This record gives sequence, structure tokens and C-alpha cells, in this order.
Amino acid sequence: MFDPGRPLFLQIAESIEESIVDGSLAEESRAPSTNELAAFHRINPATAAKGVTALVDRGILYKKRGIGMFVATGARQTLLDERTKGFADAYVAPLLAEARRLGLGPEDVVRLITEHTGHPTDHSAHLSPQEAR
Amino acid sequence: MTAVIEVENLTKRYRSTTAVDDVSFRLEENTIYGFLGGNGAGKTTTMSLLTAQNAPTSGSIRVFGERPYENHRVLSRMCFVRESQRYPEDFTPRHSFDAARMFFPRWDEDFAQRLIDDFHVPVHTAIKKLSRGQLSAVGVIIGLAARAEITFFDEPYLGLDAVARSLFYERLLEDYTHSPRTIVLSSHLIDEISDLVERVLLIDDGRLLIDESTDDLRGRAVTLTGNADQVDRFAEGRTLLHRQAMGSVASATVYGALTDAEQAEATAVGLERSSVPLQQLVVHLTKKTRSGHSHSHALAHPTPSSEVHS
Repeated sequence: MFDPGRPLFLQIAESIEESIVDGSLAEESRAPSTNELAAFHRINPATAAKGVTALVDRGILYKKRGIGMFVATGARQTLLDERTKGFADAYVAPLLAEARRLGLGPEDVVRLITEHTGHPTDHSAHLSPQEAR
Repeated sequence: MTAVIEVENLTKRYRSTTAVDDVSFRLEENTIYGFLGGNGAGKTTTMSLLTAQNAPTSGSIRVFGERPYENHRVLSRMCFVRESQRYPEDFTPRHSFDAARMFFPRWDEDFAQRLIDDFHVPVHTAIKKLSRGQLSAVGVIIGLAARAEITFFDEPYLGLDAVARSLFYERLLEDYTHSPRTIVLSSHLIDEISDLVERVLLIDDGRLLIDESTDDLRGRAVTLTGNADQVDRFAEGRTLLHRQAMGSVASATVYGALTDAEQAEATAVGLERSSVPLQQLVVHLTKKTRSGHSHSHALAHPTPSSEVHS
């Protein structure tokens, strides 16, 4: 569901972006129309249109006259690039802030990440030393 | 944008009370508005003034560029569905629908019939014998099927149960999509209609506090939680809507969006940011003006973006 404290048009745009990134909305396929979005999410059509326009302005969607909106070729890569850029702000910064609160330094975080990715299924292996303390 | 209604310095006084206090705004064509405010804020009075069912003490109202009083040309293009609509003695829903069909030039009988089936309205039962839900449904059906260019719904859906309300919103959106028009939904339940309305008018104690795009309002306030000193440092110089503290932890809700730099700074000093749902924002704003700190003018035009409207 939508976050009631953030602009809805942004969240509509993000939901379409999400479909493009996860591949359910392929490049050069038809994107949902404003009316479809409005009916599906039960939102004002003008708000849905604003979300679609935001994606058109960024070159993610483009308009085919009389047919509708389509996903641009290269849109998925563009979105992946943007998200990679935003990854540090969205995930690394809060991760380090929490680590600082816990008294963990950056090297501890790196160690935890290495351990975690090294034994993705074997949780007991890296839990036991802490429990032994 | 084309204005369908223009209101300037509208005031309505009854003996000792001022129900509507120097209110100015415009309603555009093909837009759904949320007209918000608590009970007694002045919503119903304003709508009855706009539809010429009541005369203002002062100020001017233009509907489609004309004065609405005793002006059939203008009145037949507006539909006002009141919460407590009175019907003539012994009227049945069928009588009401027939009367509406004669009055509203754009009435759609097929649509009305579909809505009658949807809402299970017994058309040949005396209106005074209907349940509250059925009575509300009669109003809702007239409001929708009239397809008036300007339609006011004064909380008629309050009598509807959750299923019927949901059906009302669905039909309203569907029909609006195919037949755009100006719709005003008055309510004190903001969250239920906030996704449907493009613009919000908030009235409190007869005064207009907010006239803004719903989406602009959604990002307008933020709550910061964390170390009290840090919170207060951040809140300083901003319009504080709400503050609470517990020991050394405080949370402050401030009006005005944070810049990206401010957001990063807040995160860096360990403050948690959370968005403020519309309902909460309206409660804070209403309380704030009631407590005597009158920020009403500052809030009505908080950013240059709201000027785009005029």
C-alpha cells in the first residue's frame, strides 16, 4: 500500500519503475494507462497521469500516438544505474549509523558482510562465537 | 485552467457566530476536491452559499462567471447532495430520481439504474421507511447520475457501510474518468478520500487554512525523533506543529519539507525521520490555529508553488 505521507504521484512512478526493474514490465511493452492505474490503485486519474508524466520526462516511458505509453529501450539499465548510485545513501549510510550506535567500526561491518556472504545459509557458524562470549 | 467557481471574501454571519469568515478560493473544471474540516467548521454553510441555498452576509460568488441566486441557468449545472437531505412526505426513491431526471440536463438514466441495483435501493418504498444506508444511497445515486458539471457531496457516504462506501468511491472514479467534471467531497475523514482528491481545501472555524494540491501536502510535514537537543536544534526556526518528549528523547513535527542536505544532516546526527499522513497533518494544523497562534495566513500560502493555482 502507499505511504500516506509521501507524494502519491512519486509512489505511482516508483511502482512502475519497480515493474521495469524486476522485469515484469519489459522494454518496448505497453505500460499501464493513466485510467488503468487510477482504477487499479483507486486514485485520482490526474495523480496517476502526473506519475506517468514524470517517467516520460525522464525518458523511462515514451508515448506512441493513439496507442499509449511504452517502456523505452534501455530504461531498465537507466533505472539500475540510478539505484546503484542511490544505494550508498539508502542502505550504506543507515547501516553505518546503526553500526556506530552499536560501537562497531567500519572494519567490523566489512567483516560481518564478508562472513554473511561467505556463509549465506550457515547462520549458526557466525552466531556461535557471539553466543560463546 | 478554467475556474468554474470563484469566491472572494465570502462571509456568512448568523446573530452571534461567523460561520464563514472572509474566505476566497476558486474551483477549477474537471477536478476532484476534498473539502475538509471538523464538524461545525463551515463546510456545509459554504456549500449551501455556493449553491445559492443561502445568501452571504458579504463577499462575492461567481459560478460559471454568473451570480448563482435564482439563476436556473447556473443552478441546473450544479448538484448539492446534503448529508441530511429532506424529501417531501410520502416520496419514494423513484419519485426523487424522476424529479432529478427532470432537473438535471445531463442525467443518465441507465447509470442511475445500475447504481440502484448496485446499492440495492428499494425504489417503491417510502423514503421515510428507508434505513440510513439506503437513504444515503439515494443521495449518492442522484449526485452521480446527475453528472452535473459541479457536484457537491456533503458527507452523504457517512450513512453507508464500508462495502457501500467502497462501491461509491469506485463508481465515482470510474464515472469521473469517463465524464470528467468538478466534484467536491466534503469530509472529516481525510484518509478515506485522500487518494481520490487532487486538491484539498481545509476550513476551520470558518477560515480557509489550506488550499493546495494533495500531493504537495503529503510531503509537507516531517516528524523528527531522537535526542531532544538535536531535535530542538533542528526544529528551531521552523513552524513547530507538535512536540513531545520522554526523558532525553523527543519528537517534533515541523511544517515544511527538508532539503536533501538537511535530510542527510538529520540522519548523520541520528535523528529518525518519518512522514506525516495527511490526516495527522490536518489535525496538527487545526489544533495549531485553535490554540491561538494564528499561522493561518502563512499556511494558506506557504510556498510559491501554491501561487500557480491563482
